[in-house]
Formats: sequence, structure tokens, C-alpha cells
Amino acid sequence: MTATQAVLDRVTRVPGVRGAVVVAAADGLVVAEQLMDGVDGQAAAALTASLVGRLVRTAEGAGMRPPAFVQLRGDGGSVLAAPGPQDLVLVAVVGPDANLGLARLEMIEAVGRLA
Amino acid sequence: MTDDIRALTTRLADEPGSLAFLELAEALRRRGQLEAAYKVARGGLARYPGLADAHDLMARVLSDQGDLAGAFDAWTSALQLDPMRTSALKGVAFLYFRAGDKAAALDHLQRAHEVDPDDPAIPQTIARLSAQLRAGAPASAPVESAAAPSAPAIAPDSSERPSPGLFHDMDGGEQGLLLVDANGLRLGGRLGGADGNDVGDRVAAQLAGLSREAARATRLLGLGSWHSIAVESPDGHLVLTQPTADTVLLAARDPSLPMGRVGLLAERAARAARTWLETQG
Repeated sequence: MTATQAVLDRVTRVPGVRGAVVVAAADGLVVAEQLMDGVDGQAAAALTASLVGRLVRTAEGAGMRPPAFVQLRGDGGSVLAAPGPQDLVLVAVVGPDANLGLARLEMIEAVGRLA
Repeated sequence: MTDDIRALTTRLADEPGSLAFLELAEALRRRGQLEAAYKVARGGLARYPGLADAHDLMARVLSDQGDLAGAFDAWTSALQLDPMRTSALKGVAFLYFRAGDKAAALDHLQRAHEVDPDDPAIPQTIARLSAQLRAGAPASAPVESAAAPSAPAIAPDSSERPSPGLFHDMDGGEQGLLLVDANGLRLGGRLGGADGNDVGDRVAAQLAGLSREAARATRLLGLGSWHSIAVESPDGHLVLTQPTADTVLLAARDPSLPMGRVGLLAERAARAARTWLETQG
């Protein structure tokens, strides 16, 4: 198992996580993915990369360092993103009953292993 | 230096006559490397003075640097080369709005709407500005022709800063709360940067179109409508919410305040914003 696959495996073990993707921030392309049926990995990658890029610029505009973690919350769940080294972003799609606290900790810990 | 910037720098060095400067300067600008972005844009503009893209790029860089007069000149040049350029029309409208000249801002937005009737954010802003003008809000800054801009015409007029008391009932008052319309124009609130200066307009500009982008993401991923975005930086916690369909509210606090409490603050501020927006017609 590669380091990237190990990271995805670790995140998707958290209850309520429907899938996880490693995305290249620059172009929104999928580097690796581990998804349940029905989750569109390419959409998750492209849309989240774009949104995270905008939020990085927003934080920088406010005089802050880039975000370590982002949560986009919707009616039916959330998209979680943890920007990592080498312009990679670890993204997870989670259901409404997911353990968000655990998912957050696992992602922040795991994304550092993508280097 | 990121890989994309490195690759673009190499490409521009190999082909100095190429248009790679457009991508490189924009990438640098987005990363906040404004001085480097300016140098690249200036070099490209010297080589391609007849290229509207180059003037548009220079305007964005100068606007980010706070050189609003320079940005105005550059967007005006872009429009002289390409009168249908909506990004430049919106940029000029933004600068007129900042100067307190809502009538001129409205005129440019209406031109942008004629060019791009499919952009839903433009008519929303037109409606709001029109309502403000009908309500008798004074267009206090002198209006000069866009063809003959001058710094005084677009100098920010602090008396026209919208809604100074919008969040006066909130913890911390206006500071750290920002209400932004769909075009990235500040409607109220204040946001201090690392040096203490107000960076509200700069941050507001980054939030243009955020709501549509978030809505698209949650919809395509089967997550329904979006409610909030929480952003954790080592230097602060940000929460974004949507008081109405065409506005975004940003709450920013020190990282010592737990994210959950920043979220509650954002919800209260969103309610205050909704109430205020209703009174604005």
C-alpha cells in the first residue's frame, strides 16, 4: 500500500466518511481516491480545489497564513479539506452523522504524510 | 516557489515573447506576491501594450496593491481596447462604488449586464444600487468621465462607507465582521489585517462568487444547499455564512476563540444582516 493509499484508508475508516480524495490544488485533478458508490471524485476534487484556492486567498487577504482545515457544510453533509505539502489537498465527503471532530483530527494528522 | 509558478517562470524565461506572463503574474497575485506580480505584469504590458488582457491583469494587481488610481487607469485602457470586457466594467464599477459614486458604478454595471446577461450577480447588485439611489443616498464624489480618470475622482470617500453601524450590537462591534454582496462589494463591517489596517475591501473582492461556487459544490456532491464554511488558519478562525441568496457574511476571530463560537457569532451577525438588508429595500 502506498503512503497516499494509507492516508485515504485512514480517513475513510472514520464513521460517516463517504470517501476521500487527494487532489492537486493547482489544477483540481484527482491524484488518488477511495470513494463509496455515488460520490463523484472528480467533482469533489475540482470543486474543492477551486474553493480552497479562493479561501487561501481570502485568508491571505486578511493577513493570515493559509488555512490548515476547511469545512463546507451542507444540508446533507459536509466537504472537509486539509491542504497539505506539495500543493496537495486531502478532501473528504462526509454524511450528516459523521464524527466531524475525529475526521478533522485524522485528516490534519494524515495530510502531513502525503509529502 | 510552487511548481506551477516555477514552470511558468521557466517558460517565460525560455520564451520571453510568449503570453506566459499573464498566467505567471496572475498566479503570483493570487499567492499575494504582489510586487513580483507587478513586475511580471509590467514587463508583459511593455511587450503587449495593445492586449486588453495585459491591462486587465495590471488593474487587478494594482487594485490588490491599493493603487486604485492606477487600477482605474488600467481598467479604462482595457475597456478602450475591448469595450465588451465585463471584468473591466465590473472593476471600474467597484472603484466608483468605493469612491461613493453609485451612479457611475450603476452605469458600468448596467453595461456589464448588457454584455453578459447570464451573470446573475450583476442584476442583483444593480437592483441594490438602484434602490439606494432611489432612497436618496447622495452620490457625493464628483463624477468624471471614465475616459479621463484622475485620482481624486476615485479616491475612497470614507463618508460613503456603507452601514457603519450594521453590527453595532454584536460582540466586538463592526470589527471582524464583513457583509459582502455577490460582486465582492462590501456592504458593511470592518476587517483588520495583520498591520491593523482595514482589509475589508480586499477580502470582500475575494468573496465575489463564493456563494455560487459553494452551492455548486454541495449540489454536485449530493449535499443539498450550503450553510457555512469554516476556515481554520494558524492566525485566525473564519466562518462564512449566507444571510441571503446574494450576500455572504464573514466572521473572523482570533484562533483562541473556538470555531463553534465563531460559528454562533456568524449566525447572529447573519440575522442582523438580514434585518438590515430588509430595511434597505
